[in-house]
Amino acid sequence: MSAAIRVQGLVKQFRQVRALNGIDLEIKQGEFFGLLGPNGAGKTTLISILAGLTHATHGKAEIMGFDVARDYRRSRRALGMVPQELVYDPFFTARETLRLQSGYFGIRKNDDWIDHILDHLGLTEHADKNMRTLSGGMKRRVLVAQALVHKPPVIVLDEPTAGVDVDLRQTLWEFIRSLNREGHTVVLTTHYLEEAETLCERIAMLKQGRVVALDSTRNLLSRRHEHQACLTLDGIPPAELGLKAGAGGTWVYVFQEYAQLEPMLTAIRKAGLTVQEMQLAEPDLEDVFTEIIRNS
Amino acid sequence: MTAFSTLLYKELLRFWKVAFQTVLAPVITAMLYLLIFSHVLEERVQVYPGISYTTFLVPGLIMMSMLQNAFANSSSSLIQSKITGNIVFVLVAPLSYLEFFAAYMLASVIRGVVVGIGVGLVTVWFTELPLMHPVWLVFFTALSTGILAALGIIAGMWAEKFDQLAAFQNFLIMPLTFLSGVFYSIHSLPDFWQAASHWNPVFYMIDGFRWGFFGLSDIPPATSLLVVAVCFVAISGFTLLLLKRGYKLRH
Repeated sequence: MSAAIRVQGLVKQFRQVRALNGIDLEIKQGEFFGLLGPNGAGKTTLISILAGLTHATHGKAEIMGFDVARDYRRSRRALGMVPQELVYDPFFTARETLRLQSGYFGIRKNDDWIDHILDHLGLTEHADKNMRTLSGGMKRRVLVAQALVHKPPVIVLDEPTAGVDVDLRQTLWEFIRSLNREGHTVVLTTHYLEEAETLCERIAMLKQGRVVALDSTRNLLSRRHEHQACLTLDGIPPAELGLKAGAGGTWVYVFQEYAQLEPMLTAIRKAGLTVQEMQLAEPDLEDVFTEIIRNS
Repeated sequence: MTAFSTLLYKELLRFWKVAFQTVLAPVITAMLYLLIFSHVLEERVQVYPGISYTTFLVPGLIMMSMLQNAFANSSSSLIQSKITGNIVFVLVAPLSYLEFFAAYMLASVIRGVVVGIGVGLVTVWFTELPLMHPVWLVFFTALSTGILAALGIIAGMWAEKFDQLAAFQNFLIMPLTFLSGVFYSIHSLPDFWQAASHWNPVFYMIDGFRWGFFGLSDIPPATSLLVVAVCFVAISGFTLLLLKRGYKLRH
């Protein structure tokens, strides 16, 4: 079985700027994959090459085994892309927009599927309104719907929830998850790392056009072993305990193993202090992301 | 074929939804030209024997309106799509550059013809137009509007803002169409401008089109058709080359 997306030695040079610097990546069919990185890391350039919006300088990219340059018709039919910018055609209604997009992909009668998408994205009552009159969130939903009109096996979402309300996020992720369960491969870029942590099975982190980390979300999270205890004490702890001052008068204890916690609590009691409140914090993807990007 | 026909349909729908601006306005403009010029010059100028100035003027006005609107259609559609970003919907679709070219060109040709028919219908109240060689009219119409449609595609691809498109239109297209013999015969010009007019491809479009109505022209119609056909092939070929490379569309 061919990979949903295979990228080999991908380089993109924009005059003085090397946006992609030799990317190798393989995403399996049916995966929910996250593509993370700071601004300018090359995420959108990579997606643009996959969608045929940008020509690669060197290297090769395939969607479902079809080369994006040589076999562009089949590779584009296999891909649905939600662009980052909120773009729309002001001449048409949401339904007209979706019918036209179906036609561009060679599908003439697509109303049943269009109605299905409109329904699942909460757009049915707005279907016959001109795109100009829709709110930002509704326009974003239409963009997602456009990417899905031709039932592509691979769906790429470039920051689809940027600037949208909680309601849309939940509706959108519910629908995308159901598509993923049906076998669609989903590739997501987002700045909301908690979304990536919750949704993605595997994650690639990009920095300056290179893949600096590629692993399952679970493995990435386990890379960082530090736990934190945030303590509220009834006095100032002695310096030799090694507690760091936290927000709101709290004290932070950083430890590797839970076995270290009890000795510290004992030492605090011996110093004549009482723990009034304690909160434990697990490392999240944001910590891992910050550490990887800082150290790579 | 569905992808091509959808893009063509979308382009037709786009101009039809704003037909007041894209069809009615140029028809009214042409009518105003006709009113003013025929009122001022009807009794003073006779270009061809037996043909009134108003009658002489009509074919040139029809062709000029068709050309300007064929150019406006493809150029404005492309630059609007580029600036608003919705060109991405077409670029991610499995359309070839040939289909892209054909859809934009055909839609522009159709808009030009619709405007041309509109101008022709309005002029019925002013003069009775003979129709000597209708087949030639079809050839000149198709090739000439095709050339301007292709130029519109080039301008739409090249321009990054409306200002640049306006410059293309005002400093190239407008002078070429106005200085092409729409309002006069080039024989009435001084020698230098007569010679200069022969370097203007729009002159051949207007002259050949007029021959289709009157059977009279400044130069042989076959020569005009040849020049227009060569221009069509050359400009279309250049446009296709740019589209194949994704000039200013795909980075």
